[in-house]
This record gives sequence, structure tokens and C-alpha cells, in this order.
Amino acid sequence: MEESNKVLEDIAGQEYKYGFVTDIETEMIPKGLDEDVVRLISSKKDEPEWMTEYRLKAFRHWQTLAMPNWAQLNIPEIDYQEIIYYAAPRTTPKYKSMDEVDPELIETFEKLGVPIEEQMALAGVAIDAVMDSVSVATTFKASLAEKGIIFCSISEAMREYPDMVRKYMGSVVPHTDNFFAALNAAVFSDGSFCYIPKGVRCPMELSTYFRINASGTGQFERTLIVADEGSYVSYLEGCTAPQRDENQLHAAVVEIIIMKDAEVKYSTVQNWYPGDKNGKGGIFNFVTKRGICKGANSRLSWTQVETGSAVTWKYPSCILAGESSVAEFYSVALTNNYQQADTGTKMIHLGKNSRSRIISKGISAGKSQNTYRGLVKVGKRADGARNHSQCDSLLVGDKCGAHTFPYMDIQNPNAVVEHEATISKISEDQLNYCNQRGIKTEDAVGLIVGGYAKEVLNKLPMEFAIEAQKLLAISLEGSIG
Amino acid sequence: MLEIKNLHASVSGKKILKGINLSVNAGEIHAIMGPNGAGKSTLASVLAGNPKFDITEGEVIFEGKNLLEASVEDRARAGLFLGFQYPVEIPGVSMANFMKLAVAERRKYQGLDPLTSSEFLKLMRDKSKVVELGGKLMGRAVNEGFSGGEKKRNEIFQMAMLDPKLAILDETDSGLDIDALRVVATGVTKLHRDDNATIVITHYQRLLDYIVPDFVHVLYNGQIIYTGTKELALKLEAEGYDWLINKTE
Repeated sequence: MEESNKVLEDIAGQEYKYGFVTDIETEMIPKGLDEDVVRLISSKKDEPEWMTEYRLKAFRHWQTLAMPNWAQLNIPEIDYQEIIYYAAPRTTPKYKSMDEVDPELIETFEKLGVPIEEQMALAGVAIDAVMDSVSVATTFKASLAEKGIIFCSISEAMREYPDMVRKYMGSVVPHTDNFFAALNAAVFSDGSFCYIPKGVRCPMELSTYFRINASGTGQFERTLIVADEGSYVSYLEGCTAPQRDENQLHAAVVEIIIMKDAEVKYSTVQNWYPGDKNGKGGIFNFVTKRGICKGANSRLSWTQVETGSAVTWKYPSCILAGESSVAEFYSVALTNNYQQADTGTKMIHLGKNSRSRIISKGISAGKSQNTYRGLVKVGKRADGARNHSQCDSLLVGDKCGAHTFPYMDIQNPNAVVEHEATISKISEDQLNYCNQRGIKTEDAVGLIVGGYAKEVLNKLPMEFAIEAQKLLAISLEGSIG
Repeated sequence: MLEIKNLHASVSGKKILKGINLSVNAGEIHAIMGPNGAGKSTLASVLAGNPKFDITEGEVIFEGKNLLEASVEDRARAGLFLGFQYPVEIPGVSMANFMKLAVAERRKYQGLDPLTSSEFLKLMRDKSKVVELGGKLMGRAVNEGFSGGEKKRNEIFQMAMLDPKLAILDETDSGLDIDALRVVATGVTKLHRDDNATIVITHYQRLLDYIVPDFVHVLYNGQIIYTGTKELALKLEAEGYDWLINKTE
């Protein structure tokens, strides 16, 4: 018993494997936030006047808000005037080919195991690589363009497709939505824009690798995806961050608009720096992700594997407005050491016969706290709406916590809403059984956790699933020994 | 192959094994019988290295090495296999994945390269025939939703996959119907060779109709009180343990 606990503690004590800093010169603005800073960010990005106004409106609204404190999270006070809100790699002009990209940047990606060129060649993945706040490399654009698919940075989209950006940005997550959404709207640095035209199936997975790099820099990404009628796209977002001492704030916003008969799959592997094993440092990750299934038979699927960040506050949600629209949320959230996660989803059923499915797998190790928080809401007109939720928690060791807060708000008597929850522990007997077959405890934990999370990992695109499985095992190394 | 000398073990302060002496050579099959609570399963667990038990005295030499100093997984890699009385379920972990890792570890210990995926799958197919398990096993999670009989067959299947030097089968016959018993016992017999050894822990003589032991030991109150040949099992079946216990006390 004791021995096994020690093993659990050792695995939990695992250090973050991606701790390094890339030495690329960065252009920064002074720390702190006021209207001048908002204007400065906007002007650095050569934004149109309406965007500057949008930012200022958001900033003014943000000033009236207080940071939310309802989550099961213990967050030290954040001084928003101590944060630098904009940092761009010195070499701001975009590169036409990979040859022009700073070799050190490429090396960074290689250290992460995601060499861009290999990704390009092997996986057929187009990458809009976000290094700090400005997109550095966008690939495969031409072949996407042939199909009329737009995949570019949000800044570029603002210049090239202002009407579309203006129409959709803030339409799903308005700047008034919450504290972090307002902050993001005011200071967002860059992000990705994606448009899939009518009837087009995007021929490759679209992928963005995010990476926080400059010391003490907030990262405020903004992603906007529009899937027109009958289109399909699978979008991948994955990230790792270098090791840091001070906490870093990350407040991203993702908006997805899905028209009639269209489908979007959005997959995330999140591995921001979680802090060291004593709970020092780590990313504060406050994310607002929301999609709207606007048209009939539209579909949205969120899949997330969350292993990083000191604090995770994230609820990828869906408004099921269209008739017979379908939304899914598949989540694995792993916390270790002193990490805290409060994550889940909101399924808002407005359309008739809309269906949603929630599968959440929480894994807590070390001294971490892991919370599922989910809302299923069925509006008055959503006749025949259905939801099935399953929330499982797995405990590794005996010093961690798992919590589940399912909320339901059902206003239609014809709705069928089901909720199941389980909580389990990796048992001594399971570990002993694996050991007796020659499998060491660390590998056994990886195996058991992989099996536990399989239902969700299977929803990820192939290469991502393997990466995610590895990440789970790595994140738990040292929590058992 | 295995030499147990004056082995004492306890669990949470309670003495269970009180001086076990046993010697097992390659090519031999040993049966250990005895009434409930005698310490049979404890002996199996202690040999496999279950951390729940404390070794208070004695030594165990396996293949020339001090067994008690080795970790559970190292004992397994060195070729000690325990067929569990109550095999545990591991939800979501497929038998194929589980065995792939286990076989790789055993082979690494033996200085062999890991099997390729197709070699491994072929091995799975071949070995599943030993206990008539069929191919459907591979995709299923370890013991999850297995019937009692399937779990026991699965233990012997794993034994076949890992090709141990010494297999200790802890009441592998308990809870089996006649047909399953035959399949399991025949499987064990098929795996028996001159260069390996088996210790069968059982309550019932009927298992020994299939697995014919070279020696039958009676374990009582933490000690081996009597050793005989296969005829001893028949006598125990007919007369129980009292005559032996009375003799020793």
C-alpha cells in the first residue's frame, strides 16, 4: 500500500518535459493595460477603424467586470497591470516558404516533436503556426485556396476578408460574454480564421500549433471558424509551452459558426506548462470556446485532451439552434501535482430534435483538483431534444480530488436528458496484476489511464491520438514509482 | 529451479507462513493442497512478490538468484508466472495491448528483440488455441466482462504467451465446470516441458486427473506437513485432512 502510494507520488512528481525557451528576438510593448495600449495593439496590426472601436468597446466593458470566482479553483490574485499584452517576433513579415523561417523557430518545433516540414509532407496537415502572438508560417494555403477554403491568421483575414470577420466575430462569443472574453476582445493578439465554402469537404486536417514564448507575455488568441452549408472540416489545435517561473495568463476565444448540413470537428491537445511539482509557475488558462449549430442537421464535435496549465477554466460549448442539429463533447482532463482544472461543457438546445452527447473523463493525480462542470439546457421550443452525459473520474493516489457539477435546465417536457457518473481508483490489485506480468507500475498506470480514456482518444485524428496517449503517460510519469 | 528455505511471512502482523521448505526442479509438477486458511494462496502471492505481505524470515532462490530481493515485475520477467485465483479486470485495456507490453518485457529480459506486430498477432492466435479461446479475445479488455471460466482460461493463455520457467497456478480450477476444467487442465499439460516447472494449488483431486503431479504437498497452518505422490491426492479426497493433521499434532 505504502509502496504503491510512493509510486503514485513519484509519477505525480514528474517534471514537465517541454521546458525550454527559444531565443528569438521579440518586440514587446510596456506592461499594463489602458485604452492607449489597446489602440497601440490595434495600430501595430494595422487594423481598420471598426476593429479598434470593437476593441475599445470590449475594453470599456471589461473594466466594469470582476474576475469570476464561481469555479472550483484556487487562483492567486492576478494583477492585470503587470502583464505585457503584446509581443511579436521581430521578423514580422510573413514568409513565403519554410526556407525563410527563422531556423531557431523550426528547431523549437522539432524539439516539440512537430517538425513543420514533416507535418507538411507526411501528415498532409496545413499549419498556421502561432509563435507568441503573430502567425509566422502558414502553409498549404494554395491547395486550400483551390477549393475556396480560407485558412489564415485573423489579422490577415481582417485585411482580406473584412466583411466576413466583421459579420461573425463576436457573434457567438460577444465581448460582453464574460470577463475573459471581454479581455480577449480588447487585446487579442492574433489567431486563426477559417472559412469552408458551401458543399466543400476540407481535404486535410487543419492544424494550429500554439506556443507561448516571450517571458511574462499574455497570450490572447482568437479563432474564428465558419463552415458554410454542407461543408466539413476537422480542425486541430495543440500546444506546449516552455518552462517558466512566473505565471502566465492565457485567455483564448474560439468561435465556430456551422450552417445547415455542415460539420465541424474541433480537436485540442492542451499541454501548456503546468507548473513544477511544488505548484510553482504554470499557465493560467481561461478559455471561452463556443460553437453554434445554426442550420438544420449541422454538427459540432469538441474533443479535448487537457493535460497542461496550472489552472484550466474552460467549457467548450454548443448552441444547438438548428433543427436536428447534433453536438458532442469528448474530454479527457488530466491533472497532476498542484494543477487545478474546472472544465466541462454547455449544451444549449434550442432546435427541435437536437441531440447532444457528453463524455467526460477526468483523471486526478498528485495533489491536484479536477472538476467537471457541465450545463444541459433545453429551451421551450426544443421538442424532442436529447442529451446523454457521462462523467467519469479516475483517481491516482489518495491526495487528489475529483468533483462533478452537472447543471440541468429543462424547459421542455418532451426532452430526454440522461446523466451518468462514475468514480474509480487505480487499484493496488490492478497494479499488482500488471506487475506480475512484467509490466512496471509506471507503464501499468499509463496503460490503465490509456484504457480509461480510450473512448475519447479514439475520437481524435490518428496522429493526434497517438500524441495524446503519449502525453497522458508522460504527464503521469512519477505519480507512481 | 526453486528453493524455498524456512520461509515465514505475515500480513498486517498476522503470521501466515511459518517455515515453508520446498524444492522444485525443472520438469516437475508439484501440487499443493490443504484446508482453507492454511496459507496456500499466501505462498503463491509471496513468491510472486505481492507487497501486501511481509517476509519475516527465510530465503527463496529462483534460478540461482535471491528471489525475495527482486521486484514483482523482475520476478515475472525472469520467468515466474502466477495464475491468479481472482484475476482482476482492467477496463478499456485490450488484451492485445496488455500482452504486447508483457511479452515485450519478458523478451527484453531474455535478450530477444521485440516481436513485430504481425509476429505478435500470430503468437496471440497460436496461443489462444491452447485454451480454446479463439480470436475474439484480443479485442476485449483485460478480464472485463469475462465469465469465471473465461478468466481462468485467460490466465492460462497468458501463461502460454509468456512461456514462464515456473508457473504457480493458484486455484485455477475453482469455479470451473467440468468442460472448462478439462480445457484449462489440458492447456497446462500442453505447456509442460522438461525445462519448466509448475506448482498447482488446488482443493480438489479432480484437477490432478489431468495434471498429474510428481509430488503432492499438504500445507497446514503455514507449514508443509506431509509430502507424497499423486496417490496422496486420492487419499485426501476420500478421507479429508484430519488424519494427517491428527498425526502431526
